Amino acid sequence: MSDTSTLHARFSAVTRVFPAVGGQPPVHALGPLDLDLRRGEFFAVVGPSGCGKSTLLELLAGLSVPTQGQLLFEGRPVAGEVPDGIGVVFQEDASFPWLTVWDNVAFGLRQAGVDAAEVTRRVDHAIGFMGLADFARAHPAQLSGGMRQRVCIARTLVLQPRLILLDEPFGALDQQTRLLMGDELLRLWRETGATVLLITHALDEAAMLSDRVGVMSARPGRFIEVLTTGWPRERDSRIVSDPAFGQLTSRLWSLLREESLRAAGDRRSARA
Amino acid sequence: MTSALWIRFALVVGSVLLLEVLCRTGVIQPVTMIPPSRMASGLIGLFQNGKVYPPLVKTMGNVATAFVLSVGVGFLMGLLIHAFPRVRRALDPFLASYYAVPFFVFYPLLIVIFGMNDLPIVVIGFLFGVVAMLLNTLNGLDRVARVLLKTGRVLRMGRVRTALQIRLPAAAPYLLTGVKLSVAYSFIGVIASEFILSGAGLGYTIAYAFNNFDNLTMYSLMLLVLVIVVAINSVLHVWEQRMLRQRGLLRQG
Repeated sequence: MSDTSTLHARFSAVTRVFPAVGGQPPVHALGPLDLDLRRGEFFAVVGPSGCGKSTLLELLAGLSVPTQGQLLFEGRPVAGEVPDGIGVVFQEDASFPWLTVWDNVAFGLRQAGVDAAEVTRRVDHAIGFMGLADFARAHPAQLSGGMRQRVCIARTLVLQPRLILLDEPFGALDQQTRLLMGDELLRLWRETGATVLLITHALDEAAMLSDRVGVMSARPGRFIEVLTTGWPRERDSRIVSDPAFGQLTSRLWSLLREESLRAAGDRRSARA
Repeated sequence: MTSALWIRFALVVGSVLLLEVLCRTGVIQPVTMIPPSRMASGLIGLFQNGKVYPPLVKTMGNVATAFVLSVGVGFLMGLLIHAFPRVRRALDPFLASYYAVPFFVFYPLLIVIFGMNDLPIVVIGFLFGVVAMLLNTLNGLDRVARVLLKTGRVLRMGRVRTALQIRLPAAAPYLLTGVKLSVAYSFIGVIASEFILSGAGLGYTIAYAFNNFDNLTMYSLMLLVLVIVVAINSVLHVWEQRMLRQRGLLRQG
């Protein structure tokens, strides 16, 4: 058990069961699951599709309520309300199409009632940081998918969250863009000192970015193993050529292969 | 201008010119129709002698009232019904078959209820417009991406703020479609009612001119109605196109 100064968030025997809907049986999506997130670490979660990765993130974000167990963020229970200090970036494009890039990034700050001068300062900084300065006056429709995701990341970043939750944020992007965005994410993580929880289905992404990788089982998801990568804090996408990176991804795959087959088998039998 | 615009422009100008020629050469008799140029000069005359103002003011007032009511009530009812899915499921067949009802048959009833004044006319204009607005409000709210609402929750926005700052702007293009239809339906409802049973307004004045073989006044006023409706619709159309283009929902050559 981690002591309270390094412990940032904790799942204690958390389960999530989605109640029966319209003749369908209830779905046991997650758990019982335990996880300690340490302050300032980069933690990735991988698992077969449908294993409850996103459910885990929604629980921690307060967007969903655990059926059983307890969830703590900075020592306080999380249940159904988004705690202060948490920022979330979703896989889908969550930029507001009616606002310019600048106004999109400023949106959350204005909601929080931050004064105009401070909004300008933080938004200009975040837009510069995310390489969006030339597009500040553009609307999201004029940008590529990768750029729109940067807008969403910048919008989260300006709120200075202490815990950033990312739900497959690069899932809709091509491989090259993913690698570059990964580098940006590492830079952002180092600069902000925030704790990052990344949900991903890409093993190489998890292996490259994280301090620790949690491998989840097929549904109901729980952690089969948590691997420590041992990367230095100063790192970037070049570590993909490190032999240790290859060993790590093959270890991840050997852990996941069986679970993925099981998950696929479940889906096949459910369809039959 | 794109080629589509050119074709459209040529079509309108060509039709007007053709009518002009047909009327001037006597192919179309003056008792049937007068040349478009005379309609225009007749309309200018009506403005100069001031005869157009009382019916114009009356009709525009009624249309504006019917329009504002149908947009306001349609939007609020849309919001409300959207918030209660069960109520919505119950109402669905009524809403779907609403425009199958010929409202004008209720005119006698409306006169009994509201009396012989502008109110029955406004009510018919309102009845025509309100459900178009309601249906488009529902459609717009249905199309608000879930991830935007989740973003609102993450930003810890309350229900009212989310409605005003996320749902409303996200649904705006669809709401604007509702507004466009409501304008058109309010005009139809009001002017048609004035035709049937009214002692004032553009509809009444057109019908009166028709009964008195006053083709000049009749066609001039028809032209006026067309000009007004096209002008209002063009403004809304430009606004709508700009909104769609801004959101990348419009692919135009």
